[in-house]
Amino acid sequence: MKKLAVNKSTGKKISGMMIAGLALFATQASAGTLDDVKARGHINCGVSEGVPGFSNPNSDGVWSGLDVDMCRAVSAAIFGESDKIKFVPLASKQKILAVVTGQVDLTSRTTTWTMKRDTKEGVDFTTIVFYDGQGFMTRKDLGVSSAKELDGATVCVTSGTTTELNLADFARANNLNFEPVVFEGKKEAVNAYRSGRCDALTTDNSQLASFRTTMPDPSAHVVLPEVISKEPLSPLVKHGDNQWKDLVTWTINGLITAEELGVTQKNVSNLAEAQRNNPTVQRMLGASGEYGSYIGLENNWMVNAISAVGNYGEIFDRNLGKDSPLNLPRGTNALWQDGGLMYVAPLR
Amino acid sequence: MTMVFQPSPDMPPPASQTGLLHWVRNNLFNSFANGLLTIIGLAILANIIPPLVNWLLIDAIFQGTAETCRQGQGACWAFVDAQIKLFLLGPYPTELAWRPIFSAVLLFGLFIITARHMLKTAHLVVAWLILPLPIYWLIGGGLGLEVVDTSEWGGLMLTLVLAVVGILASLPIGVLLALGRSMQNKVIKGFCICVIELVRGVPLVTILFMATIMLPLFLPTDVEIGILYRVQFGIILFSSAYIAEVVRGGLQGVDKGQGEAAVALGLNRWKTTIFIILPQALKIVIPPLIGRCIALLKDTSLVVVVGLLDFLGIAKAASQDAEWLGFDAEAFVFCAFIYWVLCFSLSRYGRSLEKRGQVGHH
Repeated sequence: MKKLAVNKSTGKKISGMMIAGLALFATQASAGTLDDVKARGHINCGVSEGVPGFSNPNSDGVWSGLDVDMCRAVSAAIFGESDKIKFVPLASKQKILAVVTGQVDLTSRTTTWTMKRDTKEGVDFTTIVFYDGQGFMTRKDLGVSSAKELDGATVCVTSGTTTELNLADFARANNLNFEPVVFEGKKEAVNAYRSGRCDALTTDNSQLASFRTTMPDPSAHVVLPEVISKEPLSPLVKHGDNQWKDLVTWTINGLITAEELGVTQKNVSNLAEAQRNNPTVQRMLGASGEYGSYIGLENNWMVNAISAVGNYGEIFDRNLGKDSPLNLPRGTNALWQDGGLMYVAPLR
Repeated sequence: MTMVFQPSPDMPPPASQTGLLHWVRNNLFNSFANGLLTIIGLAILANIIPPLVNWLLIDAIFQGTAETCRQGQGACWAFVDAQIKLFLLGPYPTELAWRPIFSAVLLFGLFIITARHMLKTAHLVVAWLILPLPIYWLIGGGLGLEVVDTSEWGGLMLTLVLAVVGILASLPIGVLLALGRSMQNKVIKGFCICVIELVRGVPLVTILFMATIMLPLFLPTDVEIGILYRVQFGIILFSSAYIAEVVRGGLQGVDKGQGEAAVALGLNRWKTTIFIILPQALKIVIPPLIGRCIALLKDTSLVVVVGLLDFLGIAKAASQDAEWLGFDAEAFVFCAFIYWVLCFSLSRYGRSLEKRGQVGHH
């Protein structure tokens, strides 16, 4: 048994080394990604095969979702148009490798930023676009507004997963008494919750939101604000191309900053005129300074990005939030000034 | 006047030996054990069929929104209706939908012409072999048509392209491999055996993973072969190896005397193979060949593991649409139904081929 474990880890090490080596090779072989992209005329963007609210073809076959909009923003920042993209649906196993091998320029596919991926697997993460994590859903008529009020509740959870452990840890840390009802799979847990066997259901927040819409009356259920585990989702690029990483990072940072400053899809075209005395707005929209040129783009890059997809808040509301069927509360994904975690380095 | 013996008409068989009752007694209740099995079977059916029919048809909702569906009890066919473009074409641009539709008309037109034997066999073979060209041109564009990148191909269209091109390409390759394997030349024979056994020795999923994940690692980064082409290549390779073995079975089934007689008549080796051996060999293996085609059509659904949104993949994606969450069952039932229609028509065509082949057998 022990021998087997050793072999497995060696195997992993070898494949990890192989990937890292190939990544190095690939980086040396190609020119900068931005030059490649400009020459090609479009970006290759890795997305999922269908995660509600994040990336999914809509009924017309047009890709939409929060992850998709990040790619559209990058496309608009580079080309001035949001549709210079080739979307490549990636299975979960491919999402890292596709970036490493250059099959896609960036993967924007609900990928958790972890140390191992960042350091060993040949990719770099850009900016966190969604703070996912384990949360709770419960029926509205229980009148509960916080998971800490769930003392004594029965909670549906999937067995043998970190989800179950997180639940136990959260209960102990907050001196709560949960009665976990354990299920083999997620579907079973959801069905049990639907039929009223438990007071609450716990899994990743983004999933809770989509489970909620499958309830007979979605408005009778609520996702509670607490998040008890860390799953920061971020788009990723190939390790070693700093210019390209900067470009993706600062385009997304710009979208978040735009929300802080109240720059929206509607007002972006004339805001630079209207707010002459707001230096941050002036810088971001290219009216002063040459910030676009720092990342190899035109100075109106953010104007293009925001007019294509709107600021971060608009993107969230449209795909996951109040304007979408998922109706997920901003919660941890609210701006820092509104009590959330969305905080990016200043654009100056 | 001669008397002709007029037998009186036969008595009808006793009532207990005719009619429904007799059939039921003879087939369903002819022993105690069978009677018991019949009753158990009927009980199971009675428990399955009414709820199924209720869900599929009677309680089903054919029009409306996700909201109306969630209020109802039955299947939500409104969901399939709303997503039908996605099911059929995937992310293909809607305004260019006429192109894949026209390709489908070509494909099914040729299928019907073939099934009804409306053209000479030689013409049919040529028509089928060049069919992929207009299909690729119509769907993919180029030469005056707007180019649609393969990343925008999907749905039933992608499944059919992968399967049809896969079948059309792997049939001749498979026949060549089989012929090669039955040759005297050691080098060619060895090569064919190696290819066949190597490919048959690994699952299709492995080949697909190799084609999509490993292959790009070994190619220089500026060489870009679309994932669709790599997958298509993998499918053709896989299918060829299996067809080769099927055809080899047929080759061995042809009487040795046929070849000897052909040689005695002065036909050379190639003419013997093409006009005497192969037609007979292929006729023998029609049932397993059709079986391979059906298997290939269904195997294309494995491309979902490498991120291609084929019919099954798009069915999953469609049921993940934020507006229409929770209708996975409908998506899969619809998928299964279409697969069944396709496979069943292939199988019927195979039956008709077999029947036609029986004329003048040996």
